[in-house]
Amino acid sequence: MNAQAFIPEINALICGFFVLSAFAMVVVRQIGACLGVFIAQSLLLALSAFVLGASPFSWHLYAVGIVTLLSKVIVIPWLLRRFVPGEIYTLREISQSIDVPTALLIALALALVGFVLGTRLVTAAPLLATQNVIVGLASLLIGALVLAVRREAVPQMLGILAMENAAFLAGIAIAPDFPLIAELAIAFDVPLLAFIVAILTRAVYRRVGSTAVGELAALREHPQ
Amino acid sequence: MILFVAVLLPVLAGLWCAFPRSERGAPVVTASFVAASFLLTIWIAARTAATGQVVAVGDWVQVDAFAVVLMLAIATVSFGAAVYSTGYIALLNPPPQRVRLYYANFSLFIVSMLAISVCVEPGLAWIAVELTTLLSVLLVSFADTAEALEAAWKYMVITLLGATVAVLGVLVLFWAQHAAGGTTFTYAGLAADAHRMNPVLVSAAFALLLIGFGAKIGLFPMHTWLPDAHSQAPAPVCAILSGVETSAVLYVLIRLAATFRAIPAVHADLWFAIFGAASLVAAALLIVQTHDLKRLFAFSTVEHMGIMLLAASITTAAGGIGLVWQMLTHALAKSLCFFAAGGVALVAGTTEIAKLRGLQARAPLVGTMLLIGALAIAGAPPFAVFLSELAIALAAVYAGHVWIAVVLLLFVGIAFAGMMGKVTSVVLGREDTHREIGHLPPSTAVVLLSAAVPVLVLGLWIPGGLAHLFSMAATEMVAP
Repeated sequence: MNAQAFIPEINALICGFFVLSAFAMVVVRQIGACLGVFIAQSLLLALSAFVLGASPFSWHLYAVGIVTLLSKVIVIPWLLRRFVPGEIYTLREISQSIDVPTALLIALALALVGFVLGTRLVTAAPLLATQNVIVGLASLLIGALVLAVRREAVPQMLGILAMENAAFLAGIAIAPDFPLIAELAIAFDVPLLAFIVAILTRAVYRRVGSTAVGELAALREHPQ
Repeated sequence: MILFVAVLLPVLAGLWCAFPRSERGAPVVTASFVAASFLLTIWIAARTAATGQVVAVGDWVQVDAFAVVLMLAIATVSFGAAVYSTGYIALLNPPPQRVRLYYANFSLFIVSMLAISVCVEPGLAWIAVELTTLLSVLLVSFADTAEALEAAWKYMVITLLGATVAVLGVLVLFWAQHAAGGTTFTYAGLAADAHRMNPVLVSAAFALLLIGFGAKIGLFPMHTWLPDAHSQAPAPVCAILSGVETSAVLYVLIRLAATFRAIPAVHADLWFAIFGAASLVAAALLIVQTHDLKRLFAFSTVEHMGIMLLAASITTAAGGIGLVWQMLTHALAKSLCFFAAGGVALVAGTTEIAKLRGLQARAPLVGTMLLIGALAIAGAPPFAVFLSELAIALAAVYAGHVWIAVVLLLFVGIAFAGMMGKVTSVVLGREDTHREIGHLPPSTAVVLLSAAVPVLVLGLWIPGGLAHLFSMAATEMVAP
């Protein structure tokens, strides 16, 4: 039995864990743990890129994997730890707009929608790694839910980055030799994003005294 | 080569600001580099009008007539905003470090927008769009108040969410093209291969891109961040955000429209018309109830994005001309409005409509320019926006879409009434003698005055070269 036969199965397993990490993002309450889930998810994205890039060999996918490791597993956590006040990470977020069981139910429904849409897409054109597209779409939708549910700055931003992970999980399957963009985007855009978020979060913390950006609501049509 | 120079020149200004104690020179250095980029853009536009295109790297970085009109709009507004900033920001008297942060961000933000107009590869264009957000967030939060930080946060979260959805759209387009055997991943290459692509994939890509970029364009119902961000930022930044940033993202969507149109099942034009009409209607109704001058002009941007999308849904050459024309006139008129609103903030200390009365008597320059700006953006003759909106309405009628013309005229009319009611009370209302009135710095006053010139001139006369660019752009849109 050769190693090639295992590749789709290993990749399917990785995708399974990936969608689990998307759910974890919705339910984990401690901000530090949320960051942990994000790191694990980025690791899974890199793994999937390595596995898919092994056969047929693709240096593009290896580049995506390495850049993901560097930027999302190392640089982003470092940037966030460096610039965002440390006490935030031990904070347990209790002011979510929907409670966890409800959020989980909605996430389940979104995952279902993602699976249906993803299945429609992968039947439209032949593809080696169909799970990536389906799981990617489902996780993208769940990531959007994280944004809607979370009130704190850091988890909201991690929601965006998780959505980006999901988009790229699908991307490495549907556009394995996409010119430049994936590598460039992960290599430069994402750390820049984390840096700007960190600066902004620090400014909010200094000015407002908390980082619960969801509770900022001074800007309305009729402030009185 | 000349394209790279024109786009990247302001990077040097950004680098200058990285040096310690550069804050004294930063305003002038930034304005000079942006001015140089503006002059080069005019030259590029002239060459494009003569030869049809200017190519730096084929299939990656090149401009045609449509792209160069956008580039011209961006460069013109940026130049005005850079000069305006020199006086405006100094008067706010921020600490030296924030001055450097402002000008570094400002120059790089302009580079990212110019980059949108020169990239013909959708992947590169997407990166440029994402960069416009990242490089302008700290400009929106510049005032460092709770409100400004809230606006910046909302702006960042919603537009980045959109960008993430859009990137999947770009990737699906790539997939669709490659599955159909195509290889040239550019706007034109995609349009050429479109008829062979799988309709399901193209539909998915269209949905992802319309929602993703729509969030950044400020289309209803994803517009909620826009009035916050476009009103909390410093006035020169507002002028750029509202005048050209939203149009630049809309440009990417419209460039891809030929690909979507090739597949009738996508119904691209129907969706353009629906989102366009919804944005126009919602914005016109919001304009009527707003309480702040800058928010008023920000809602007017949502309105104009709706008008441009409606124009895009008329697939004739006349509709295309109206669209490109509107893109330029909106940029010029909207930046004038925000320059004037910034002037109001400087002389009267507020932009809240209820607190402002009789500006004309105390600050005649600001009052007159505010009135001209509002008349121009609302679509009154003889200003430029009047002609472009009329062109769109006529194009709609000739193309048989009478309902587009009716919706357009009706809600532009409502927005006009709402806007003029508020602005005339601010400018002409009974004089409020209790309020202390400040003075405008010279550079700000000069920009305010000169920004009105093209808005008026282009309403009376369109230079032959520009008209030629418009008609070439319309042809490119119909058959790229």
